[in-house]
Amino acid sequence: MRIKNSPSAYGLVSIILHWLIAIVVLGMFALGYWMVDLGYYNPWYHKAPALHKSIGVVLFALLAFRVIWRFTNQPVQPVASHSPWVRTGAKIAHLLMYVMLFTIVFSGYLISTADGAGVLVFGLFEVPATLQGLPDQADLAGFIHKYVAWALMVTVFIHAVAALKHHWFEGDETLVRMFGKRARKPK
Amino acid sequence: MLKKLFTSVVIGSLFLAGAASAADYKVDIEGQHAFVQFKVNHLGFSWMYGTFKDFDGTFSYDAAKPEDSKVNIVIKTNSVDTNHAERDKHLRGPDFLNTRKHPEATFASKSVQVTGEGTMDVSGDLTFNGVTKPVVIKVTKTGEGQDPWGGYRTGFEGSMSIQLKDFNVKMDLGPATQTVEFMLSLEGVRL
Repeated sequence: MRIKNSPSAYGLVSIILHWLIAIVVLGMFALGYWMVDLGYYNPWYHKAPALHKSIGVVLFALLAFRVIWRFTNQPVQPVASHSPWVRTGAKIAHLLMYVMLFTIVFSGYLISTADGAGVLVFGLFEVPATLQGLPDQADLAGFIHKYVAWALMVTVFIHAVAALKHHWFEGDETLVRMFGKRARKPK
Repeated sequence: MLKKLFTSVVIGSLFLAGAASAADYKVDIEGQHAFVQFKVNHLGFSWMYGTFKDFDGTFSYDAAKPEDSKVNIVIKTNSVDTNHAERDKHLRGPDFLNTRKHPEATFASKSVQVTGEGTMDVSGDLTFNGVTKPVVIKVTKTGEGQDPWGGYRTGFEGSMSIQLKDFNVKMDLGPATQTVEFMLSLEGVRL
């Protein structure tokens, strides 16, 4: 498999980024959902948010690299059998997921740094606060963080169902392309 | 514009002069010589201090008749600050102060009992987290007199403690953290 994308296939880097970010995002949602209701005496009360924040910073780096990679590689063409409607729908969903991911990462950062404290990443280094002391910053950022995360999960669900539909019901290569398979030549 | 401003200032002063008796004070929020601090024990290890940054109030006091004193304080609960953004967000939320549902906490005095030279027990109703309960604030007068700028000031400090459970605070932080102690310092400027 080639490292970079070609018009008919995703390269190794794109594929790894897709699945790695998919796993991290689903894990982060589960971790976030679980940790906000931990009791004060739970051993994870401090560890879980520290982990969530550390992974969040790493996720931001992955997302930034993914966007750079996407725009410096040649674009992979849509599957030939996809109708214009499907192409537009997929494009909107993909764009929406990128926007939501960055919104979630930034809003999360703005909660923790609202009073000027930095975000410690795995105890190794600290990302300093930048925007701080905005009116209602932590509460507003928290609201956005929570509800955009839910909206992302709904979009991810639609994205996954659509991929499976293409695989099972239309029998096209939409899904297998994300595992490295080359598109069939249009007949 | 200037004339309008002048007129409103004059009318305002007349109104204030008419409404105020000699013993009415406004808490010095402008110069912020007033503090609503609290402390809560952390697991039995140490005291965590916090403050409400946004509040206002009035009181009336006459050194000759301290038992006739009255005080009213309104605290904006979302101004809670413990020097930690994440904790403060948690405190504003449904586990603790429910600040969206209950944006204000109030204290309104009902009676004053003089307990000694410059000390008194101020009884009244505290509304906190939507629950109203009678409380007693132990108050000590800290000073009174002319300030250097032509005003007249009187200051007090007060303390009270409340049980979190009494005011429907949902989250239980353990046996060492059932009580919140409040420490108040209020300086008033006579109107």
